[in-house]
Amino acid sequence: MRWLTNLATSSIGAKVLMALTGVVLVAFVVGHMIGNLQVFAGREVLNHYAELLQSNRGVLWAIRLFLLGSFATHVFMSSRLTLQNQAARPVPYVNQVPIKSTFTSRNMWVTGFVVLAFLTFHLLHFTVRVTHPEYQQLVEHVGPETRPDVYTMVVMGFREPVVAITYVVAMLLLGLHLSHAISSAFQTMGLNTSKYRPITEKVGPVTAVIVVIGNVTMPLAILAGKVPLPPGAF
Amino acid sequence: MKLTLRIWRQHHRTAKGEMVDYHLDDVSEHMSFLEMLDVLNEKLLAEGKDAIAFDHDCREGICGACSLVINGKPHGGFPNTTTCQVHMRHFNDGDVVTVEPWRANAFPVLKDLVVDRTAFDRVMHSGGFVSVNTGGTPDANAIPIAKNEADIAMDAAACIGCGACVAACKNASAMLFVSAKIGQFRHLPQGKVEQLDRAKRLVAQMDAEGFGACTNTYDCEGACPKSISATFIAEMNRDFLKGNLCEP
Ligand code: HEM
Ligand code: FES
Repeated sequence: MRWLTNLATSSIGAKVLMALTGVVLVAFVVGHMIGNLQVFAGREVLNHYAELLQSNRGVLWAIRLFLLGSFATHVFMSSRLTLQNQAARPVPYVNQVPIKSTFTSRNMWVTGFVVLAFLTFHLLHFTVRVTHPEYQQLVEHVGPETRPDVYTMVVMGFREPVVAITYVVAMLLLGLHLSHAISSAFQTMGLNTSKYRPITEKVGPVTAVIVVIGNVTMPLAILAGKVPLPPGAF
Repeated sequence: MKLTLRIWRQHHRTAKGEMVDYHLDDVSEHMSFLEMLDVLNEKLLAEGKDAIAFDHDCREGICGACSLVINGKPHGGFPNTTTCQVHMRHFNDGDVVTVEPWRANAFPVLKDLVVDRTAFDRVMHSGGFVSVNTGGTPDANAIPIAKNEADIAMDAAACIGCGACVAACKNASAMLFVSAKIGQFRHLPQGKVEQLDRAKRLVAQMDAEGFGACTNTYDCEGACPKSISATFIAEMNRDFLKGNLCEP
């Protein structure tokens, strides 16, 4: 098993772990966005989708733990690598001019950290609902049954300008992170070649733009009053 | 032209260095950058001062000895140009020009602008060669090699080991150098035999020397005076992973 520890502690192995966990997170981000865009299809559709996700507790928790594990590994490895990388240049340049690097590629840890802070808030806001305990009470009546009214929670949530703007800003920073990260993952995992490089270089920025647009339209449309609250909800 | 040169002076390895300003009044645009420093050193010696130490050897862009960060970029940032090939016509009268050494934990400053790059040698000793047992000289064209593969190997072999990639990288990572050295062998039949093992050994030594990890910012590629492509890094990553995961 020594090869495994050698791999995980090597510079390349650590980066590959970051890339693999990053790809898991990217898949989640994209899936999460597609699922949530159903808010535009109305209360019925979104609440049904939410009910579906919650229906099998076992699967739900398995996926949650897998995501949490990936996230923790990603953050741990990125922190360790960032510290090692800083230690590799103890005396800084008096004058250093970037050549091919960009603001984004040089500040991945910063954008990543903002995403971490946002994610904590996001979970407290819409999943655990401690910031707005009244969200717990929102239910939709379906025949004799009731189910959580996720639709109303989201619409009420984003009608608060501070909340909506926070989400928009966080998505822009996530977009910066992804624009470098996704292209980078190909290189890290050794999947880049000079033939495909012109494509892999664009996959990151294109995916990032799609994720940002998809995710910011929700708070912005709701803030602009384009998504109606169901009659009788508060 | 008149120039202000802001140059890093450091007496020895553990001394604290600082930028010191020097003024030169009649710099010819036909001089090379190193000739300009020669002129400055003659002036300093005539004044009874300590000359500025800097590395150089061939002065024709092939040995990899010259190593100055000029105005914030390794070798001055001119395309496909080593420091010794930089000429003063690129500068203007009145310019302030900063000159610093390569800065990396693995490249300690010995004096002024001279750094110790033996870390690269130790990386090469760890496996940057083809092991051949002695025997008769093989016939030159006995093993056919595809033209495109030979070209890729030659592109990698263009690396002169100057260390500009390390100097440019925000992480002082040596991955472009190491991947070029792996790349020059992995595309040739003689080098393929030890391909995966070589990647494992060179990467282990690279890490042990205290170079940083790659964050794919590609400043290395932009700084390389021989235009080594960062796709060699992807190949190295592939070999390293394969070597660790698929070999016994
Ligand atoms: C939704 C959340 C996130 C996603 C989808 C994501 C995705 C990715 C991906 C795909 C990579 C590319 C790996 C590679 O370079 O090969 C990456 C790199 C990175 N991530 Fe994340 N990440 C997320 C959150 C975070 C967080 C919370 C942090 C830190 C606190 C972080 C810090 C980093 C750093 C430092 C890199 C390395 C960048 C580089 O090598 O230039 N990320 N991320
Ligand atoms: S002195 Fe030989 S490459 Fe510049």
